[in-house]
Amino acid sequence: MDNFGFAISKGRQIDWEANNRKVADFIRENEPSFKLCIACGGCAATCTAGNFTEFSLRELNILIHRGENTKPRDDLKKCMMCGKCTLICPRGVNTRNVIFVARKAYQKFGDYAF
Amino acid sequence: MEAAGQLAKEGFEVSLVEKDKETGGHIKDWYKLFPDRRNSSEVRDYLEKKVSSKSIRILTGTSIEKIISNKESFSLVTQDGTELKADAVIVATGFDLFKSARKEEYGYGIYDNVITSADLEAMFRKGKITMSDGMPPKTVGFVHCVGSRDEKAGNFYCSKLCCVTAVKQAIEVREHLPESKVFSFYMDMRMGGAYYEELYREAQEVWGINFIRGKVSEASESINNKIVIKVEDTLAGRPLKMELDLLVLMAGMEMSEGGNKIAELSGLKKGENRFFAPLDHHIANNLSSMKGVFYAGTCTAPMNITETISHARSAVSEVVNYFNNTNS
Repeated sequence: MDNFGFAISKGRQIDWEANNRKVADFIRENEPSFKLCIACGGCAATCTAGNFTEFSLRELNILIHRGENTKPRDDLKKCMMCGKCTLICPRGVNTRNVIFVARKAYQKFGDYAF
Repeated sequence: MEAAGQLAKEGFEVSLVEKDKETGGHIKDWYKLFPDRRNSSEVRDYLEKKVSSKSIRILTGTSIEKIISNKESFSLVTQDGTELKADAVIVATGFDLFKSARKEEYGYGIYDNVITSADLEAMFRKGKITMSDGMPPKTVGFVHCVGSRDEKAGNFYCSKLCCVTAVKQAIEVREHLPESKVFSFYMDMRMGGAYYEELYREAQEVWGINFIRGKVSEASESINNKIVIKVEDTLAGRPLKMELDLLVLMAGMEMSEGGNKIAELSGLKKGENRFFAPLDHHIANNLSSMKGVFYAGTCTAPMNITETISHARSAVSEVVNYFNNTNS
């Protein structure tokens, strides 16, 4: 069949059933404070990486919890592990370790994370 | 004060011990009250009138230094050695404002134009809002949750009144300085009281206050003496920096030093939030673990004035029950 260049757009919905949250589960298991985020954005406000590139731990936290893994997997590489976010977090989330464990999770699960 | 007045009405002899030179607590430092912005002196006058009864002995400028618990009564000794005998004690030691300098990243006590909500009230009372150089600020920012909901400050709890206080103060800044621009940086807007949400709406609708959702991570001073804040505008999903003339820190509520002292002297139990722990949060909120000792007001948790007065009245009703032996 001729290809006219049309395609069905991928839905914008977060598909709760289809999404895979094993990365979130892995982080919650290995760094339980991951659960405590209230999305205040203190981490992202102080983040040097986030001030120069598109990187917000607040956003990644939500995406990972929803099983939307593509962006977090790519963005996590931008973190320089300085740990300022950990100093600011009002909830006591060990944000630096969250990133460390998240990177491990994406390595461990590879394509199965998606 | 409410409890003392109410006890006097019930026919009891009451001694009221106040560590400050004057009674009235925090209300006397406040200018107007939320949500209707009535003058705080109206409530204070009501309370002063209430404690003017002949059966209330008021001891100001002193605190309790010793508590002796006898079988069915108490002996309380004040700083100047006065001994008070009592059959029942109501603890009403209130709260202290969080000491904002503890959040070093906001620079209170370091930058002159970083002030607290209490400092701003003092300015309202003087009728003049100024920066350290005496000039009126053109841009004013409010930081919510300073010392509340903050693990780093050791306070997990929400002080619950700072949100509505910030809204009230933001409106008042605009009233005093119609040319000013006012920003409020919040994590959540907690408007859980009668007419609080309406005040929030008025702040947007009438006064044009800008509400930005994000926790301010730090404040610094620029070369031209402006306060520079960093925050993530979480709803825009981008970090934001802003230069402000005046930054107001919404200090939360903590167990008072006086309360801590009483806890040490008496062995009364404190909760995880370091306020006094009532016997039961739902059904015995005025009772302590000690027979004959009752709680009234914010020594047990953050409360607004309405709640504090109601709590004080219910403490009196528990005292009456206690003497009638109906409260087993």
